[in-house]
Amino acid sequence: METLQFLQLYWWAVVSLLGALLVFLLFVQGGQTLIFSTASSDEQRNLLIGALGHKWELTFTTLVTFGGAAFASFPLFYSTSFGGAYWLWMSILFLFVLQAVSYEFRNKAANLLGTRTYDIFLFLNGVLGTILLGVAVGTLYSGGAYYMDKLNITDIQNTTISHWANGWMGLEAIAEPFNLLLGIVVFLAARTLGSLFAINDLDTASQAGKELSARCRVQLKVTGIAFVLAFVAFLVMLFLRTGYAVEEGVITPVKYKYFFNFVELVWPAILLLAGVVLVLAGLGYAMFADENSWISKKSFYVTGGGVVLAVWALLICAAYNNTAYFPSTVSLQDSLTLANSSSSLFTLKVMAYVSIAVPFVLWYIIVVWRKMSGKHSEY
Amino acid sequence: MILSSLVNASRLQFAMTAMFHWIFVPLTLGLGFIVAFMETKYYIECKRNNNAVTQKSEFWKRATKFWGRLFAINFAIGVATGIILEFQFGTNWSNYSWFVGDIFGAPLAIEGIFAFFMESTFFAVMYFGWDKVSKKFHLASTWLTAIGANLSAVWILIANSWMQYPVGMQFNPDTARSEMVDFWSVVFSPVAINKLFHTNTSAFMLACVVVIGISAWYLLKNREIEFAKQSMKIAGVFGLVSALLLAFSGDGSAYQVGKHQPMKLAAMEGLYNGENGAPLVAFGVLNPQKEVDNNEDPYLFDISIPYGLSLLAERDIDAFVPGINDIIDGGYTYTDYNGQTKTALSFYEKKERGEAAIGALRKYKQAKEAGNDSLKNSAYNVLQENFEYFGYGFMKDHNEVVPPVALTFYAFHIMVILGGYFILFFLVVLHFLNRDARNKYKFESQKWFMYIAIISVPLVYICSQAGWIVAEVGRQPWTIQDLLPVQASVSGVSADNVYTTLAIFFVLFTILLIAEMGIMFNQIKKGPENIK
Repeated sequence: METLQFLQLYWWAVVSLLGALLVFLLFVQGGQTLIFSTASSDEQRNLLIGALGHKWELTFTTLVTFGGAAFASFPLFYSTSFGGAYWLWMSILFLFVLQAVSYEFRNKAANLLGTRTYDIFLFLNGVLGTILLGVAVGTLYSGGAYYMDKLNITDIQNTTISHWANGWMGLEAIAEPFNLLLGIVVFLAARTLGSLFAINDLDTASQAGKELSARCRVQLKVTGIAFVLAFVAFLVMLFLRTGYAVEEGVITPVKYKYFFNFVELVWPAILLLAGVVLVLAGLGYAMFADENSWISKKSFYVTGGGVVLAVWALLICAAYNNTAYFPSTVSLQDSLTLANSSSSLFTLKVMAYVSIAVPFVLWYIIVVWRKMSGKHSEY
Repeated sequence: MILSSLVNASRLQFAMTAMFHWIFVPLTLGLGFIVAFMETKYYIECKRNNNAVTQKSEFWKRATKFWGRLFAINFAIGVATGIILEFQFGTNWSNYSWFVGDIFGAPLAIEGIFAFFMESTFFAVMYFGWDKVSKKFHLASTWLTAIGANLSAVWILIANSWMQYPVGMQFNPDTARSEMVDFWSVVFSPVAINKLFHTNTSAFMLACVVVIGISAWYLLKNREIEFAKQSMKIAGVFGLVSALLLAFSGDGSAYQVGKHQPMKLAAMEGLYNGENGAPLVAFGVLNPQKEVDNNEDPYLFDISIPYGLSLLAERDIDAFVPGINDIIDGGYTYTDYNGQTKTALSFYEKKERGEAAIGALRKYKQAKEAGNDSLKNSAYNVLQENFEYFGYGFMKDHNEVVPPVALTFYAFHIMVILGGYFILFFLVVLHFLNRDARNKYKFESQKWFMYIAIISVPLVYICSQAGWIVAEVGRQPWTIQDLLPVQASVSGVSADNVYTTLAIFFVLFTILLIAEMGIMFNQIKKGPENIK
């Protein structure tokens, strides 16, 4: 295997891992969806938001780094998807901007809009932010309506490399059932993880904490089961889907391409399977084990680990095994592949050296996470 | 017309977001270190007394927490606006993202991996961890938050500097983009080094003025006298050192601009016709009638320092500094960065060479597809010979390469005048504090100065924003100097879409700014009294 090809695969794996970690960290958004229904009093709401408020920057930073890494390693995807699916990405952006300020502003005096408005912002970010992120990721499989020609830069009258073929500018992706289903899966995954996080992290010494924890357990039974069912439905849709193979730059449709990717590569299938087992185990422990048992309390990490593995495997199979990712629905040969959309060998090499530091970054994040867990002051 | 509307909307949206972002970020960059200094004092005090609570240790803890709160309020909104800029590279400047993503993306990813995680991880400890971690770990977290914030700035400034002075790259006709070939020359380019020092020290200066302004308000209200004076002491020393470094790096920046962006330098000075021993306009009013193609006097009024501009731009009082007309007409000789003497090309010569480069790229692709190697090689040679003027091939006439002169000129002069004023300001603060410490008189009795200190807070923001206007408006129309103009960088989005998002951002930013200021003022009003 050529070095460039290896580095393209390596960086797709790194970006996919960042995406998988992001989905896990969306437990913050999932927790935000619980602040009106599950948290039944202001005290409970403050407790929940207090617990989530210690972690939101981590989710936000992972989103930013995911975007930065995608830009650096696959700039043509960044350029084509962001520049084309304009309204989809802008909507995600607005929802995340609202979140970032809400934690800091909600309980401060003279905050202009009042606590409730900021809580509504958090709720909207939790529901719509996760769904739209899922829809955007869904386009890696379902594609987008774009034309792409790098030579357009030489046409002085019309230099744009990527053109979107319709006026919806990405909003049409929401109407695609496959994307929407993935959006719902991401939302349910986030809400499930948010419930598990609350069970794991809330200080149950206080009455409010105890009540909220109990309500999250009840909530989990509905959301957790819905998540598993929706995920299975998504897997079925994905495996039945036609994907696009790339051979020497020529792109052709292949029935059940994503299913074959798992079967032919094997190791993503193992990752996916391990992920599913961990998700089910975590949910099982949280629902059926003794509430005070250690494993029940730590089920957040078991399910979370499962989500990371499963999402990583799914994202890997969007582009590995000679698959065109983010296919063009209007001009198939313009579709993006790892080969035609990546940065140069030199840049990918430089960034590969940089990525050696990632375990160190993960180490200090884990150290801080452990030190900062439990007993939160109100926000 | 449609394209120009789209370009304007995209530029306006990016400029608005960047300026809004830069309201919050510099305060965070500087305040982070001020808080870290204060917490270090707290830590030393605790160590001295074997962790026993003393009046002094509690004093520094309160001071750390108070300024830390203001830091936190700014931090969130700085983060929120930062992601908008990152997204906009893709959403609004998609051609740019492909054309230079290979070089520009790397610093952005490194920024995320090294700096953002450090900043956000340790910020949580700094803000929420007082009772959860040891004093030592907390102190380390505060320093790491400050360092992380500044590292974030370093990487994005390296990326920005590369746009002003594109080095360490080569154009690849097979991928139709510029590709990085020398990472270290991108990181350590002289433009980047100067920009890092200049921008970070300007942020330190801004934070110091804000701390002094807020402290002055307490002194005026006869509240928290000791807290205010101690805060002023730290901010005064840090501010003076920063302001002096700022002046030094500003001089270096002007020299780099003269070497790599002569049109920007000419616009900064409103210089239309260059000369040997060119004077530096210290203060002036531009003639609004003056345009490139008329003979009006550029200034209605000016006070100039003889030979100043030649000295600033060339380190030689007799050197020739080209004006806007000279750069358009060419024909003058100059010494490039490698010490070689060259004759400047006119705009139209550059345009011709840019068109040749673009045409050669097209031919290269056609020849490659046709399998014609000799044609491909000759097209490749023409492309490489002319690539340094690639961006000129997109221009219609010479007016397009002239940046908005008035905006650049006034922003530059406001920045320089205010920068000079702040050196004096810090000296006066330290002088008064010194007199106060020697019991000559009470600093708080100098009420007139307290008003000046408070008024200085909006002035330092104006100074800071003016700096970015010089840097960014002055380099128009280039997103990548000489290689890619704005009209070839934008996305294929309709102008209406961009104006709609622009309107949404405007409303959002206005609300957030009012809310943020309300919260800040409220926190300042409350003061550090009730902090435990």
